[in-house]
Amino acid sequence: MMTARGKWTQLAVLALVIALLPLFFPSGYYYRVGALIFVNALSVVGLVILIGYAGQISLGHAGFAGIGAYACALAPEHLGLHPGLAVILGAVVSGIMALLIGRPILRLKGYYLAVATLGFGILVSMVLTNERALTGGPDGMSVEDLGLRALLRDLGWRLSGGEFWYGVSGFVLLIGAWLALNLFDSPTGRAMRALHGSEVAASTVGVDVARQKLRAFVISAVYASVAGSLLALQNGYITPDVAGFMHSIEMVTMAVLGGVGSVLGATLGAAILTLLPQVLTVFAEYEQLVLGAVMIVVMIFLPQGLLPSIARRIRGRGE
Amino acid sequence: MKLAIRTTLGILAAGVALPIAAQAEIRLGASVSATGPAAFLGDPEAKTIEMMVEEINAAGGINGEEIALTLYDDGGDPNKARTFATRLVEDDEVVAIIGGSTTGTTMSILDVAEDEGIPFISLAGAISIVDPVRDYVFKTPHTDRMACEKIFADMIAQGITKVGMISGTDGFGASMQAQCSDVAGAQGVEIVADETYGPQDADMTPQLTRIRNTEGVQAVLNPGFGQGPAIVTRNFAQLGFDIPLYQSHGVASDAFIELAGADAAEGVRLPGTALLIGDLLAEDDPQYKVVTEYAAAYQAKYDQAPSTFAGYAHDAVALMVDAITRAGEADPDAIRDALEETQGFVGTTGTYSFSPKDHLGLDLTAFRMLQITDGGWKQLD
Repeated sequence: MMTARGKWTQLAVLALVIALLPLFFPSGYYYRVGALIFVNALSVVGLVILIGYAGQISLGHAGFAGIGAYACALAPEHLGLHPGLAVILGAVVSGIMALLIGRPILRLKGYYLAVATLGFGILVSMVLTNERALTGGPDGMSVEDLGLRALLRDLGWRLSGGEFWYGVSGFVLLIGAWLALNLFDSPTGRAMRALHGSEVAASTVGVDVARQKLRAFVISAVYASVAGSLLALQNGYITPDVAGFMHSIEMVTMAVLGGVGSVLGATLGAAILTLLPQVLTVFAEYEQLVLGAVMIVVMIFLPQGLLPSIARRIRGRGE
Repeated sequence: MKLAIRTTLGILAAGVALPIAAQAEIRLGASVSATGPAAFLGDPEAKTIEMMVEEINAAGGINGEEIALTLYDDGGDPNKARTFATRLVEDDEVVAIIGGSTTGTTMSILDVAEDEGIPFISLAGAISIVDPVRDYVFKTPHTDRMACEKIFADMIAQGITKVGMISGTDGFGASMQAQCSDVAGAQGVEIVADETYGPQDADMTPQLTRIRNTEGVQAVLNPGFGQGPAIVTRNFAQLGFDIPLYQSHGVASDAFIELAGADAAEGVRLPGTALLIGDLLAEDDPQYKVVTEYAAAYQAKYDQAPSTFAGYAHDAVALMVDAITRAGEADPDAIRDALEETQGFVGTTGTYSFSPKDHLGLDLTAFRMLQITDGGWKQLD
């Protein structure tokens, strides 16, 4: 279905879009929206690996985003760690958490797995809300600046906050997409897709089902964590909302809308769902209504998600 | 199906084209939490801002120029608030921003306002918004700390020194609990019990029983917002406490008395603003005119009484309009300077006097100690 050529084409398309889009930006505000889309897309690409490749569901990935975000807020303050290193620390912590909780809960299937991951997300969000002495509680806490922008300024390259984060988030998304696309055709990726198709069949041909599921879960957790860190760093302020239940749902919705098996599709889904609230400010009251309607229409008419369905249709017509 | 895609694209295209529309003279931006968990703050704030801008424009605008208001609903999400703040500054090119219903959203907007040099009046309570003072950031609500100080001062006057505290774990309750614990010692009050409840809890009898069993407790203080304090008040009455119950300014509304029941709420004390007791104010009270006029206009337009939080938005708009009038031009820096020079400006919350060292401009006199009596309010000081 997807070849090596397909991989490079997809990456090239993504890179071109990220690089050329700013030419059409009428104001600095669009850089901010673009950066948000890339951050959301990054965590959704992680979900593509978990849901699209391995066929497992998670409704708690905002928990990992929360861990990544608060790592960036807490580590510099309490451990004196540079915020950049805190991103890595957050990713490591998220990975270990995913490993620990993934082992028992990935034995569950379907609804049970969804509920267990949901529980994890809510737990993280509750800890962040209630450990006030550490996290500032529901009011949140500020995040130290990365310092990279000031460094660039000293080197004579002046960037606005929006431009800088547009570049950084776009770059990280490219790396994330590249890794995810590489994984697709690797032995691990094939094993994941095999267990997606049928766990029984996969284990008969020698796939270690539990191990592959766990691997997908940990990888996607690291994606969500890095995305959470990027969000915290660019916002400069973080509240427990980032780990909230709604954020988890939003991520899954983005993945499903764009096409859960496709990296580009996930990015498209993230773009649409990040843009919609901005576009719909005029009808703020109907925002949820429109979002719901879009989801229903897509689910009924394009069950594979936007991008794969459209691509298939175009290909179908060409033949 | 094709139609669905085309419609989606159409909506996206329309959104890109929309921001060009605003062409009026003074561009005022606002981002409040009109929906979501903080809607109790943002909804009356949005209504107030819209009503006042309409009124001002109908009366000929500021210095002959109309206000063009751009108001966004951030849903209480700090991430959205930051995006909207960026949008207001970069895309809508506003000269001033009002908003930030919660501390989280305010802290997100604040960064953008400071960065771009746009005056910003926040509607959130935390002291960290104006301490340390930031050049372009002001706020209208008194801090939680001031509410604590007002309550403790009243307790000391009653000879109460040992207090049992029960607070909600929501943003409002948690923040005020921290401030009250922090300031109690300095005022000679000792917190002898410290209980919490979740914002959705339906029964606080166990926590209250524990407080009652605490040695020497002389009063109960309940920092919180929403249904929690009403339930605390009802449970408090059911348990037959014979010590006073203090609530916070978070429940200073008639709705609280209805929710708790007039019998249970009888004798409850809390700090409130003049807005709550507009009809009880003496006619020579400095706030009488502004409070009664605003309350009447709001009542007429929305058929409900304005809340304390609505009053914060009223004062923010009024202060901003006053500053723009005095600045004589809609230039962000000129407005900022004029704001900082504001002296003795009477609002619904209190009388504001800003200075380079003080961007809150209120003192404890802004609070009035109130007691619920016969299902209504009575001013104590």
